[in-house]
Amino acid sequence: MSEVRVIEIKKSVFADNNEDAARLRSELKARGTYLLNLMSSPGSGKTTTLIRLINLIKDKLKVAVMEADIDSDVDAIKIKEATGIQSIQLHTGGMCHLDAEMTRQGLDNVALDGVDLVILENVGNLVCPAEFDTGAVRNAMILSVPEGHDKPLKYPLMFSVCDLVVINKIDVMPYFDFDMDKCREYVHMRNPKATIIPICAKTGEGVEALAAWLLNEVNNWKNR
Amino acid sequence: MHELGIVFYIIRDVKQAAEENGVQHVNTVVMNIGEVSTIVPEYLTDCWRWAADKEEMLKGCELRINIIPAVTACGDCGREYETVKYGKTCPYCQGANTWLIQGNEVEIKEIEV
Repeated sequence: MSEVRVIEIKKSVFADNNEDAARLRSELKARGTYLLNLMSSPGSGKTTTLIRLINLIKDKLKVAVMEADIDSDVDAIKIKEATGIQSIQLHTGGMCHLDAEMTRQGLDNVALDGVDLVILENVGNLVCPAEFDTGAVRNAMILSVPEGHDKPLKYPLMFSVCDLVVINKIDVMPYFDFDMDKCREYVHMRNPKATIIPICAKTGEGVEALAAWLLNEVNNWKNR
Repeated sequence: MHELGIVFYIIRDVKQAAEENGVQHVNTVVMNIGEVSTIVPEYLTDCWRWAADKEEMLKGCELRINIIPAVTACGDCGREYETVKYGKTCPYCQGANTWLIQGNEVEIKEIEV
């Protein structure tokens, strides 16, 4: 090679996604639809929590769900059967997360007219989804008791980007060495502003507090 | 394993920069990757090799990675320290009012053509 020319770029690879996400957020704002990005590990109870939650709020808000998984449509079918609301399945084709463009493509397949709230159930993973702004108004995550109270220490980015941390499966707390106070402390180390709501999706304990948080969020955002 | 998705972003941005500069082929892409960016450099280079060779403009193009050390600043005592070693708690004053000043970069620094 006789001659090497260096072209300086100095650009974050997330810059375009962040712009896309901001654009999507303002479009959703204009149509009055609130998008919640729900993240967690696989098996933390996202789908069970959603079914409980949606059955509590569906008389007050028109809700739709987008389920993102690498494969299968079991979650979307489960949600539809248990709640009767509109539920679609997105396949990420091996990708471990959704970005703003993928979220937009998903929303294109949702009948959005009159929908107040779309919940995006992101791919079960505590690492990658935290990196990508989906265009959601808020990020929420579910941490389940069997995973341990030290997860916020191990996955700092996830906890620092989440506005809401739901602690699920509190009914099995006596069988695990899960320290709720420590967990709160660790979450707040990562994000002092995070709201923490302990629930049990199976028995319904605490789900009303979660519903109240979400109703309040959607109403505030619509009137802002 | 979000490295493949990130590689697709890099390819898109590099191709765009190359086209804007009228470049036919890129020899090297230099990345700044922060120590706490959650990117595994080895995975990034493996994914890069697989994906870049599928692009005419990037066949054989090398991905070079500069690791940017993570540094956290403390608002209580005003000092700076190594993030990886001490995390969110300042080792000098034990303060928790700290923030990352560098180390989460996932940035295309430059391309060589």
